[in-house]
Amino acid sequence: MAGLELLSDQGYRVDGRRAGELRKIQARMGVFAQADGSAYIEQGNTKALAVVYGPHEIRGSRSRALPDRALVNCQYSSATFSTAERKRRPHGDRKSCELGLQLRQTFEAAILTQLHPRSQIDIYVQVLQADGGTYAACVNAATLAVLDAGIPMRDFVCACSAGFVDGTALTDLSHVEEASGSPQLALALLPASGQIALLEMDARLHEDHLEQVLEAAAQAARGVHTLLDRVVRQHVREASILLGD
Amino acid sequence: MSGGQQGGRCHAFFISIPLGKAHTAGCSCLSVCKGLPCFSCAILCSSANATPEFEGRGGDDLGTEIANTLARIFNKGSLDLKSLCISPREHCWVLYVDVLLLECGGNLFDAISIAVKAALFNTRIPRVHVLEDEEGSKEIELSDDPYDCIQLSVENVPCIITLCKIGYRHVVDATLQEEACSLASLLVSVTNKGVVTCMRKVGKGSLDPESIFEMMETGERVGKALHSSLQSLLHKEESLGPKRQKVGFLG
Repeated sequence: MAGLELLSDQGYRVDGRRAGELRKIQARMGVFAQADGSAYIEQGNTKALAVVYGPHEIRGSRSRALPDRALVNCQYSSATFSTAERKRRPHGDRKSCELGLQLRQTFEAAILTQLHPRSQIDIYVQVLQADGGTYAACVNAATLAVLDAGIPMRDFVCACSAGFVDGTALTDLSHVEEASGSPQLALALLPASGQIALLEMDARLHEDHLEQVLEAAAQAARGVHTLLDRVVRQHVREASILLGD
Repeated sequence: MSGGQQGGRCHAFFISIPLGKAHTAGCSCLSVCKGLPCFSCAILCSSANATPEFEGRGGDDLGTEIANTLARIFNKGSLDLKSLCISPREHCWVLYVDVLLLECGGNLFDAISIAVKAALFNTRIPRVHVLEDEEGSKEIELSDDPYDCIQLSVENVPCIITLCKIGYRHVVDATLQEEACSLASLLVSVTNKGVVTCMRKVGKGSLDPESIFEMMETGERVGKALHSSLQSLLHKEESLGPKRQKVGFLG
């Protein structure tokens, strides 16, 4: 959109946030009774649902079974009504397949797959409403779902997107900011150790600015970690109250 | 605001319905097109959320079946398609209804038809007028007020009632376990006046003609009760106005 200022002179973004501010995050674990683990997250207007089945026996060909660790299988699906224009294919198109592979790579780094050899863990993510930062919302929802399923992980996986506009790094981009064409970066972080599980950027950015953007994204991901940690503790407290009495 | 001659703006309205253990989400979406006003249904139960068997293309069969059933239950009187017309023989609204199946807890068709009816009730069609140029080219213009909309009348939209035959009796609103015990079911599509628009028998077993009549009568009775309670619930939610809390999964 020509003439749309992504960052005003006073330092406010289009939706009134500051450069390093995250959108409101609300999450809930254990949304579905049938699945082994499930979680729902709302990051601003982006809504994502994650469901985990497993660890269970390998479905399909036994030859895919890995002798020393579990197989992580991810599917990313975004509903036809998730975007402003009605999408024809919810999954199976190139972008969804690529995001599924990225999610798989992210979670293979975090889940302790050596504890479940020759089995399979399925992570299905559904985007109900997309307003920017869909990969980040999916990773955060999937982390909570994996924790709800009781699958051991090395650490939380917290993700956030970041962009670069007018010499400032913006975090947690909304759809308007993503569509503007400015460079954007998606980062999935393991907060305790500071290790990066996934880093993805497909735009031109001068290497001098890279460190600034990376640091902003990592800081935002640590902020997401604080929130997710609170959600998990609240969920465990509620569950233990139900079991205790 | 103005849209082009073809493929104009879309609006989507989303509602989520938990019915026992079955979660469905229904959404209606509009777009402008040339030709006859029509109503298109797409079922996306290929969401692997419901069960791992629906991964990839696994859920397509069930999705097609549900989409075809929904297309059948909507006959001439259900929706006033004339209200979807913008200018006769030129522009009209196409109504897309997308259903996303989130969890399978039994009684799928009922939950989906309730979701569709509620989504249609919630739909707002923006008021448009057609401006004609000197050269004769037409442009569609939306009114400036975003709340200036037409509502669809869902009085005659039917709901599906599934009756499962278990032993010698039949049940409505069966859970997964009850469905597993039943050999045959009857799907009856009933409007709020008790008019049956479509009927279908599903399942491996066979049904006695006597039991079909019994089940149909039960279906009509249950259907009327379902319509009245659904209507009162929808009106109650509508009366809360724009300030009502949208709870979704977080409630």
